[in-house]
Formats: sequence, C-alpha cells, structure tokens
Amino acid sequence: MKIVIASGKGGTGKTLVSTNLFHVLIGDPVPVTLVDCDAEEPNDLLFFRGDRKGVSPVVNLVPVIDTGKCTFCGNCKEYCHYHAIFLVPSAGVIRVMEELCHGCGACSVACLDGVITEKEVSLGVVSHFTIADGASLVEARVNVGIYSPVPVISAAIRDAGEEGVILFDAPPGTSCPFIRTVSHADFVVLVTEPTPFGLSDLRQSVETLKILGKSCGVIVNRAGLGDREIYGYLKEEGIPLLMEIPFDKTIAMHYAAGRLIVAEEDAWRENFLALWNKILNSYGNSRHQR
Amino acid sequence: MEIAVISGKGGTGKSSLVAAFASLGEQVVLADCDVDAANQFLLFNPSHEEEAVYISGQTAVIDEAVCTHCGLCMEYCRFDAITLVKGRVTISEISCDGCHLCARICPEKAIAMVDSDRSRMYSGSFRHGKMVYGRLAPGEENSGKLVNMVRQKAVQLAEEYRLDTILIDGPPGIGCAVISSITGVDHVLVVTEPTLSGLHDLQRTVDMVWQAGRKLSVVINKFDLNPQVSSQVETACRETGVEIIGKIPFDPVVVEAMVHGKSVPEFAPGHGMNNITSDILCKISQKSKFRN
Repeated sequence: MKIVIASGKGGTGKTLVSTNLFHVLIGDPVPVTLVDCDAEEPNDLLFFRGDRKGVSPVVNLVPVIDTGKCTFCGNCKEYCHYHAIFLVPSAGVIRVMEELCHGCGACSVACLDGVITEKEVSLGVVSHFTIADGASLVEARVNVGIYSPVPVISAAIRDAGEEGVILFDAPPGTSCPFIRTVSHADFVVLVTEPTPFGLSDLRQSVETLKILGKSCGVIVNRAGLGDREIYGYLKEEGIPLLMEIPFDKTIAMHYAAGRLIVAEEDAWRENFLALWNKILNSYGNSRHQR
Repeated sequence: MEIAVISGKGGTGKSSLVAAFASLGEQVVLADCDVDAANQFLLFNPSHEEEAVYISGQTAVIDEAVCTHCGLCMEYCRFDAITLVKGRVTISEISCDGCHLCARICPEKAIAMVDSDRSRMYSGSFRHGKMVYGRLAPGEENSGKLVNMVRQKAVQLAEEYRLDTILIDGPPGIGCAVISSITGVDHVLVVTEPTLSGLHDLQRTVDMVWQAGRKLSVVINKFDLNPQVSSQVETACRETGVEIIGKIPFDPVVVEAMVHGKSVPEFAPGHGMNNITSDILCKISQKSKFRN
C-alpha cells in the first residue's frame, strides 16, 4: 500500500508528518518503508539513525561524438529536442551540452555515420538504510547543479519495491517531480497551513490530483495561525480533514532540532496512530469509489 | 538591478519578504518565478494587461487505428513511457519526456507529438509597479523555461517603464527553475530558517548559487524560534564565507498581513519589522551596485 505525503506549498510540514507517521508504524508486523522523494532537498534522514545498506548511483546516458569521424551532417542536432547539441559545420565544431541532455538516445539513432557512443554521467544517488527491524528508509538525492530530479525520484520509487506499507515524502509543487511521485499512490495526504498562500497552493494540488484520479485527505498544520477559509474549502470539496497540528513553539523546537514529536510526547504518538487509522479508512473508501 | 530571493527549503517566508521589499520604496517590477505555486498575485491583485500561452513541451499520442502493435517504439523509449496494456501499445502521458524519438522511428507514422499548452504567463500593474507571474499547468515540465519567459518580460517592462529594480521571487529547491531564477542576476538572497532541515538545504543551495557564479547573502528568518540552531546556521555561514545580511524575528504580523491581502509594511506601517527589512533591502542594493 502506497501513501504519498505531499503539499503544493513548501515548508508546510510534509517532512514532519512523514517522519512521525513512519516512526509510529515501526514495530508493526507489516514492514514499513519511508521514501524521501524530495530529491533536491532531502531531509528525512536527519530524524533517524540507521545502517546504510546500499547506495545505487543514478546515471544519465549522454552521447560521445567521435569528432574525428563525424561528417557534421547535422542529423543528431535535428533529432535532439533538448537543444543539447551545438554544431557549427563550417568550423567543424560539434559539442554535447551534457547538462541539457535527457538521455533519450535519439542522436544515436539519427547518426548516419555511427560515430556516437554513450557514456554514463552521474545524476545522483538512491541510498537505503535500515532504521529498525522491518523498517527501511530510501533516500533520493540529486547532485547539485542537475536540472531535473525526476530520474533520481523514479529510481527511488522503483527501488522501494511493493512490499508492506510505503510512505513517500513528495517534493513540493505540482510539476513533474510531484506527478512522478503521486502517480503510484493509493492515497495522498496533503499537508497545508491555514493561510491564503496555503489555500491557494492546496487548491492547485487538489485540482492536479483530480486530473490524476487520486483520492486525498488533508492535514492542517500550524492550526490557529491565519484564518478559517481552508475549512470551508475542505467542506465544499468533500475532502476529509485527517488531523490538525496546532501552531505550537514546542513542536517547532522539536522539529528544528531533528527530534520526532511522537517520540517526545505520548499524546502525539496517539494522534499519529489515530491519523493512520483515518488514512486506512479513507483509503478503503477511495478503493470503493474506484 | 535584478535581485533574486530563493530559499532551498520551502516555507521559510521568502514570498512575504519579497512582498515587503516591493512595498518599501520606489516602484519595482515584481517577477513571481515560483511558477509551481505563485502567490504574490494573492497579495497584490495585479491587473491583467497581458496573457501569453507557454508551451512547456510535447507529449506523444498514438493513433490506435494506424498502430500495428509492432512494439518498435517500446524498444526505443528510454523513459518506460510505452507499454502494452491489454495487448495495445499505450503511451503514458506522465512518463513521456517529449523526446520525439518514437514518432520519428514509427514505421507506420502512427505517433504524433501534441503541444502541452495549458501553462500561462500574466503581466500587469499593481500598487507598487509592474508585475509578471507564471502559472505552470499541473504536471507540466520545463518550469525553468517559463521562468526565463517571466524574467524576459520583467526586463522588458523595466525598460519600458524605466523601473530600476526587478525583484524575483524564486521557487523552492535547487533544480532547473531555481537555476533559471538566479542566472545572471546582480544578487541572490537566500532566506533560511533555524531548523536542521533549513541548515541542510541552505548548504546545498549555497553550492548551487556558487556553481552559477552569483553573489549571495543569507537572511535567517524566525531566528528566535530556535536560537541554538540559529547559531549553528551562523557558524556554518561564517566557516564557508557566506555573509548573513540580517536576522528577522518570528512575528504573527506576517501571517496577519497575508490574511488581509497585504504585505507587512502595508498592513502595519509602524511595525518594527519594517526597519529590519528595509535595512536588508538597503544592504542588498548597495552590494548590487558592484556588478558581478
């Protein structure tokens, strides 16, 4: 079963929810995996200690052009939809701009002279950690300077497998990295805050999930700040409110220092277990609806 | 002068700070480059003077009447976007990267490339000058290119209306949209917060800005929420030679102002926070005079 924890707006508490929910599920008979898909800025590991089981590199296959044999016909440049090939035939100059290359392989197909081979270029890594018995963490981490985290996110999703409960901490926004993460979800938990910015970004996430045909529930973080409009919106849309986390300096302090609130306070452990039951119920409903 | 404000980690208060900058002095061009989650229009309610379609890319679409299910496209596709579903060759819109290879190699010419044209760029006037913002349609790609389009429009408006300052509200993260938001700007301001996540993200963000060869400084927002982590951030900055240009305390007035559809200087003109933000803006302006 795959649950994605996401938000349109950044910094609303996705990581807070993912890490604490993961922690309360550790020790269950069903194995649990937390996958940090926020590959540009992965943070989940800051909250856990674990043994690194393995690291798998994620690579892009970029073309290498044998300039000695190239006839500068320009076919590869024409095939390349990412404008990654720089060519000045009159000067005999051809170059691959590796940071623009998506590794689609079209240039190799296009080359009439067979002078294009490919090499691997590192995009990032997917790391596996054992946190406890039956509990693992998978982290997607893209290299600084890489344009798109999507291949690294895809690799992490693949590596997380299918077994037990899998929680995905999604990247912010609603563009390709987010879509890539939620496209596998059985249920999506959207974390938001009760402010105009929070509501605007929540609307956009909900609309995106509708297009994808995914059911969701909402957690309002920093409840008590801002205004009440978000609750009216949830009612209007018929989206279940799964939990409220009040704006509270103690919670903020624990989070800031890399501590889990469910490990610090029994009441929060109970709240997150209750959250899990609500997710299971809503998930059941969503299956029923489909 | 172009100033980009970014954060690495989301939710550090970047947009509220940019809104305050926009309200403090002379008229500006405000470019909201957080095209995934644009928010400045909520505060400033700009007029819509111009709307432009942004084509983010193309997606392969298969004509089932022509397809012979030979499977050649499946062999060539590197994005695992083409699979057999119930004996039919099917292209996943989500996985398709828009590379055109399948359309080129299909012996039956059964695959066409269709424009993704639901994203928009808007520009208009607001109470502190001109504003440009992009809205990327859900799931669309190449947000970096939309950012470039927003920035080009902002430069054009700055020239046309003789406005000296372009304020760029950047997206979170360190990927293509962020790199596009800071390329060639005079100064990058990174807004961070005193949490371990914030610190971790700040380090990656600083590396990214340096790779792009830009000058930067850091603001610690809500620094008093955790003085201990805050001093860790300060130490980390000192050790890497990054200047902390200001520290802003937590204050509920930021959210109150937002709820009222205003920036902090508009909502609470006499508030002490305005001195801190105008001091930061003043320091950045001075730094930006010495071009990279």
